[in-house]
Amino acid sequence: MQTRILCGGFGGQGVLLIGKLVAQAGMAEGKHVTWLPSYGPEMRGGTANVMTVVSDKPVGSPIFTQMDVLVALNHPSLEKFGPDAKKGALILINASNCGELPLDMPEVRAVRIPFTRMAEEIGNTKAANMVALGALVELTGCVAMRSIEDDLRHMLGKSKPELFEQNMEAMRRGAEKARELA
Amino acid sequence: MGEKILMKGNEAVAEAAIRAGCRHYFAYPITPQNELVEYMAKRMPKVNGTFLQAESELAAINMVLGAAACGVRAMTSSSSPGISLKQEGISYIAACRLPAVIVNVTRGGPGLGNIAPMMCDYFQATRGGGHGDYYTPVLCPSTVQEFADHAPLAFEIAERYLTPVLILADGLLGQMMEPVEFPEKTPVPKDQSDWCVGPWEGKRTSHHVINSLFIVPEDLEEKTRILFEVYEEIKKNEIRYETYNMESNPSLVVAAAGTAARVTKSAIDELKAEGIEVGLVRPITLWPFPSEAVAKAASGAKKMLVIELNMGQMVEDIRLAVSGACPVEFAGKAGGVVFTPEDIAALIKEKM
Repeated sequence: MQTRILCGGFGGQGVLLIGKLVAQAGMAEGKHVTWLPSYGPEMRGGTANVMTVVSDKPVGSPIFTQMDVLVALNHPSLEKFGPDAKKGALILINASNCGELPLDMPEVRAVRIPFTRMAEEIGNTKAANMVALGALVELTGCVAMRSIEDDLRHMLGKSKPELFEQNMEAMRRGAEKARELA
Repeated sequence: MGEKILMKGNEAVAEAAIRAGCRHYFAYPITPQNELVEYMAKRMPKVNGTFLQAESELAAINMVLGAAACGVRAMTSSSSPGISLKQEGISYIAACRLPAVIVNVTRGGPGLGNIAPMMCDYFQATRGGGHGDYYTPVLCPSTVQEFADHAPLAFEIAERYLTPVLILADGLLGQMMEPVEFPEKTPVPKDQSDWCVGPWEGKRTSHHVINSLFIVPEDLEEKTRILFEVYEEIKKNEIRYETYNMESNPSLVVAAAGTAARVTKSAIDELKAEGIEVGLVRPITLWPFPSEAVAKAASGAKKMLVIELNMGQMVEDIRLAVSGACPVEFAGKAGGVVFTPEDIAALIKEKM
């Protein structure tokens, strides 16, 4: 089993972190993982994306065109990468600032969730990526929520306990919403 | 082995070099290897090492020469245009028979090019690179783990044969993260008394004079003869390569190194699922080149396909190795554009 995940958004929306948390969780579970950021001359407000692979077997290519999961935190990412989604792929769309898929794609599973608005509701717009991560984990099961929680606790639990709680809350809400829509 | 850590290739090779006993690192920044410089800046002071951001690439490589002459494990790193600037120093280090490690996290070229991953420094890396009659062993990793493993190996080879050793990775491997484990052991430092400047009380010989100027042609001829005796030893002992899916007796064998090889592995897996068998031979040492392994892989194949992230450099070594035993075709991408597994699978089907 191999899951190829592409996350795209504006620089500053934290798409690279979504990929990193998935990769770290996969590694903690003994899976093979790769994390490849777009590292061109990106700038704040520009677009950023990251390709993450989680697999039971050693990962050959960290780079891919067709993905199993696309997380689009902004419309340009949806427009650019949406058409490359595989048959049966999951496309998580940030309903707060994305329009429709550029093509009619009946063979993909498009799930629209207002990640940014939901993050605002818990008092931190910047946690939109964590709402998306919650939904991603809920709908793919490529890693366990518990593994991400352990990793986050390790990173933030002692130094910034309130931020840890807020991030966990964002993930829980993302997962709940995804369950409702599934 | 310790626990697994998710790290960028640039960081992993830096940490591995420190664990291999490197305490002297000199560099000048350039993308896409800046995480390596940054990591060294942060870590070296904590291990009582020296981190020095030199005023130029030329200064950095000459600091490596000086440090190596004093008998310490010294390293520098850069990316393609920066490595070009270091070539004079690398030639001097080779001529002086000093051990040193140089990391090239390549980018697009020629010229200033761009910062995308391109393996276009193959010729430079495998043909000495600077002026004069010399070679440097070249290690070409394909995963972050291998990139890290190559740091202690490079120091070992450098000290065993008294030569600069190059690690040639591309920007993709420098930037990507993968789990990495570091070995507990440090390579045993070589007895320095036969190559390092003094003080060697009572046993100082002319050998401890570090020099690359031999004005009498016969003297330089003798020095060069010794250098090439060493290269023969390196060819005998240090060739490394990997094969993939060769046990399936494939009629088409791909030859690829570094990033191109790992992308090819994914394509091979995808094709295998469709019932199409394709093999891979991946040189790990680009010099000395695994010519025999390539020839063996070609002997049972109908065709060999060389895939590179350049316009065709390693293909020349492959053609020499295959020596007409089967047709050799080439596919490359320039400018820092990287093949995807889908591209390579389509390419292989087209060539079969």
